[in-house]
Amino acid sequence: MQWGFPENVSTFGGEIDSIFALILYVTAAMFVIVEVALIYFLIRYRHREGAKAEYIHGHRRAEVIWTVVPFLLLALLAFRSTKTWLGLKSPDRFPRDALELRIHAKQFEWNVTYPGPDGRLDTPDDFVRRNQLHLPVDRAVRVTMTSEDVIHSFFLPQFRVKQDVVPGMETQVWFQATRTGEFVLGCAELCGLGHYHMRGSVTVHTAEDFERWQRQEAAASS
Amino acid sequence: MSQSATMAMPAGRTMPGMGVYNLKLGMWVFLLSEVMFFTGLIGAYIILRFAHPDAYTDPGTVLNVPLTAFNTFVLICSSVTMVKAFAAIEAGDQRGLRLWLLATVALGAFFLSVQGIEYFKLASEGFVPIASLYAAEGAPLYGATFYTLTGFHGAHVTIGVLCMSFTSFKAFRGAYTQADHGGVEIMGLYWHFVDLVWIILFTIVYLI
Amino acid sequence: MTTVAAVQHTAHALHHDDRSFIRKYIFSTDHKIIGIQFLFMSLLFLIIGGLLAMLIRWQLGWPGQPLPGGAALGETRMPGGVMLPEFYNSLVTMHGTLMIFFAIMPLLVGVFANYLIPLQVGAPDMAFPRLNMLSFWTAVPAGLLMVAGFFVAGGHAGAGWTSYPPLSAVPEYSGVYNGQVFWTLSIIILGFSSLMGSVNYITTVINMRAPGMTWFRLPLPTWALFITSILILLAIPILTGALILLLFDQVLGTGFYLPERGGQPLLWQHLFWFFGHPEVYILILPAFGFVSEIISNGARKPLFGYHAMVIAIASIAFLGWIVWGHHMFQSGMNPMLGATFMSTTMVIAIPTAVKVFNWLGTLWRGDIHFHAPMLYAIGFVAMFVIGGFSGVFLASTPVDIFLHDTYFVVAHIHYVLFGGSLFAIFGAITYWFPKMFGRMMNETVGKIHFALTFIFFNLTFFPMHQLGDAGMMRRIYDYTGYAHLAGLRPLNEFISVSAYLLFATQLLFAGNFLWSLLRGKKAEPNPWRANSLEWAAPSPPPHGNFAETPTVYRGPYEYSAPDADEDYLPQDRPPVQRPAPAPEPIPAGG
Ligand code: HEA
Ligand code: HEA
Ligand code: CUA
Ligand SMILES: [Cu+2]
Repeated sequence: MQWGFPENVSTFGGEIDSIFALILYVTAAMFVIVEVALIYFLIRYRHREGAKAEYIHGHRRAEVIWTVVPFLLLALLAFRSTKTWLGLKSPDRFPRDALELRIHAKQFEWNVTYPGPDGRLDTPDDFVRRNQLHLPVDRAVRVTMTSEDVIHSFFLPQFRVKQDVVPGMETQVWFQATRTGEFVLGCAELCGLGHYHMRGSVTVHTAEDFERWQRQEAAASS
Repeated sequence: MSQSATMAMPAGRTMPGMGVYNLKLGMWVFLLSEVMFFTGLIGAYIILRFAHPDAYTDPGTVLNVPLTAFNTFVLICSSVTMVKAFAAIEAGDQRGLRLWLLATVALGAFFLSVQGIEYFKLASEGFVPIASLYAAEGAPLYGATFYTLTGFHGAHVTIGVLCMSFTSFKAFRGAYTQADHGGVEIMGLYWHFVDLVWIILFTIVYLI
Repeated sequence: MTTVAAVQHTAHALHHDDRSFIRKYIFSTDHKIIGIQFLFMSLLFLIIGGLLAMLIRWQLGWPGQPLPGGAALGETRMPGGVMLPEFYNSLVTMHGTLMIFFAIMPLLVGVFANYLIPLQVGAPDMAFPRLNMLSFWTAVPAGLLMVAGFFVAGGHAGAGWTSYPPLSAVPEYSGVYNGQVFWTLSIIILGFSSLMGSVNYITTVINMRAPGMTWFRLPLPTWALFITSILILLAIPILTGALILLLFDQVLGTGFYLPERGGQPLLWQHLFWFFGHPEVYILILPAFGFVSEIISNGARKPLFGYHAMVIAIASIAFLGWIVWGHHMFQSGMNPMLGATFMSTTMVIAIPTAVKVFNWLGTLWRGDIHFHAPMLYAIGFVAMFVIGGFSGVFLASTPVDIFLHDTYFVVAHIHYVLFGGSLFAIFGAITYWFPKMFGRMMNETVGKIHFALTFIFFNLTFFPMHQLGDAGMMRRIYDYTGYAHLAGLRPLNEFISVSAYLLFATQLLFAGNFLWSLLRGKKAEPNPWRANSLEWAAPSPPPHGNFAETPTVYRGPYEYSAPDADEDYLPQDRPPVQRPAPAPEPIPAGG
């Protein structure tokens, strides 16, 4: 069994993993402080015959310290997270020349519409593949998603991508693969009986391979 | 002394604490939860309307604004008669109390009747909450939100009218005195609240 | 004056308690009996919720294997002992629902707000005893309805405890018919029960305090329950409203949440979480109160930073209203809004930090007695912080992209709700058991139960963080079909075995509870040498509670005061006459 996160294959995944690590350091430090203090006090101040507790009601300065220090740490985490988040999610920060794909989710399948050889959606050479997500490496992909029935969630663990797909609404994500290979597409939102098998495969090709694949598939569908 | 009488503290008895007797404080607390209930429904209405502006028509095209404006006036009047009833018993005027309470019951019932007639008319024009039967202008969401908001208010008025009838019945039995009339007071609180909610609902459902 | 009324009243009650059996134990208006009724009901639901979890763990530990004897559950659930996905979905939904709405919430509030508030403020009963009785008897049909849902055709609700529409509203999508309607109705009814309760608790705390019981002399459980009641009062109506709209969508054919009928699925999520986040604090604030009480008692030391503790609870309660969006980061909500919700969510960790450090401060230089309730309270502090820390990961929007709807969230839930709330409940039951039943629970069994629970709890739930990191989705019936999850079989098996040991350990608690009820050592009025008013009444207190309305002279945590002879100083003990004039008791009304 492998510990930690699955291998990261997207351009921004490393940044997400590093924020995870940052939070891990901060909380681990806090964890050690709290648990060590707890255990130390329990041993040091355990009841002894004839001992009496000290009659103290509080300490103003201590209250200020343990309000301000967590505040600063959390402000740091919030600041760091906001930067990455808006960079990823703001519509105006989406990459320009991305490959456009469309996904229509329904119980319990992912229908991916590819632009075909001409590289544009809504043209006659478009074609649809069920549960197969193919993309080129090193090129941003932008997916526009809709749902037929209930809420699903488009989950690419190795890309650090998750986005709910909501009926009556369009949602978008983008990502960019850093290496070729086979990866996993899953559904992360409970969507009914078949939620557990609503999965697909993700194949990352080289740019040329992807072109070839698109041409071949478009020909096969027409 | 019966146990619940002691513990529920009869009206008019001030406890340590807020300087308000339990029943009145309890009514205030309860009304806070009612405020949240209507806040939730109104919030839902606002979200839906912003998300689907086309589902709603201009004010006055589907709903009958003049009729409801008149009905709103009726409900406001009933708040005035409620105040009169309370003022009467504060002054020890039993006859005034009974008369004004009856007037309030009557106005409340009148409001409900007008609303019933309005519902009937709207429904016959295809303005219904059920999506598959909707046949009026706008979209089914309009009907669903309209009936939910006004319907829950109407249910509150109905409960109010029933309780108010009971209060009146007790008033005729002489249950309230100048010194002890908490029942009238908390009835009034509820009634004014329901009235206030209506003014808000009328504004956002009919006028905007 | 109340004092007079109350004295007359109690005297009356003490001398001739001639109520019939039914009035005394079944349709009782006595807050103590009602609290105990809630206790039995919610423990029953705790057991049922636990059993459902055992079934869940079977499927996850040994996916697709027939459960020995499982076929007894029927063809529509486990044909041949192999679980069906639809039954799995119902199990998860009902496990979450029963635990949150029917076990933990009534345990914390229904039981202890009822039992403790009048005793701790020095009142003979609640402000509205009959309303209180009605509150319990409204919860019962809600519970029956919820259980009945298991037996309707189509199976029980299966859309998760969060019941997101369209799945929860359209039978064609979920395959669940009346089960989902039963679920909705039951929670609506339960909401009325909670509302009646909170109107009572709030009025009682404000109006029925004994002379001298100023606001800042209230024990922390009462403070926490008071603030929790305000949260309930304001949050439940939002849920009720949302549920009514859901019910209309389910049965009337409206379309509030259904795009095909012109509605908005995200509306439900906003309404549900606007209620739901305050709800999770409803599930922890009372626990904070109990733990504060027990730690101060066990350490024989005044609670560190009493005012800071009260302010922290109030701030958490307030901030809890503006963080709901953190459950919806990946829902398609505007990313700017997401960033805002992240900031408010991070801020809420600060008052929580204040609480944690003040508990540590209370232990510092104390004289720590490790009685069983104290162990649970210490376990609470140690475990709750882990749940809090995992919350910080989830609060970070970019990290939540990956962790949302994975087992990391499941780990978070159980660290805060089991490591937090349930540990505090174990502590509170053990601590107030002598007051409730006049007998002590067995200390040794309590300590063994604590130790084993502590171990197996961590063995069960800590590895779930790793499942989440590996990308295992929650609410998933069979993960073995996923390439990246197939390797998680052994870890899941380990978790399941630990979960069974954890459940088995709970039998110790159940046994101790039942045995002590009948055979436990007789309790004195004040076995823990504690200060608050409930210990001034006999164990168990009679109908009407106090022989004489107590007068309060000081705060509730005056342990180890230098000029007192013992290491505790009850709130109602009159000050000893010293050369200097004794301070006047502060009249009620502060
Ligand atoms: C008792 C219940 C309880 C409590 C108290 C909390 C407390 C917190 N919760 Fe949790 N939460 C739940 C119950 C609870 N939660 C449940 C049931 C769900 C799942 C719902 C579902 O089914 O989808 C959930 C889900 C949930 C999510 C959504 C996850 C997702 O679906 O993607 C998030 C995201 O922000 C979150 C965050 C937090 C935070 C930040 C806190 C904070 O309040 C924690 C603060 C505490 C600490 C941080 C520890 C102590 C502090 C210190 C020692 C100081 C120093 C600390 C630092 C500097 C870091 N919770
Ligand atoms: C307080 C709340 C609480 C508690 C205590 C538990 C306890 C347990 N939970 Fe769960 N859980 C939730 C709240 C809780 N849970 C919620 C809200 C969800 C999300 C649901 C959703 O997704 O919709 C969830 C989901 C959840 C999942 C995820 C399922 C999925 O997503 O597919 C799993 C999986 O392992 C799980 C396991 C367990 C286990 C093994 C226990 C064990 O700890 C159980 C051990 C047994 C007991 C605690 C009972 C003991 C009984 C007593 C002590 C009574 C004593 C009796 C007398 C005195 C008479 N829970
Ligand atoms: Cu689609 Cu889960
Ligand atoms: Cu939350």
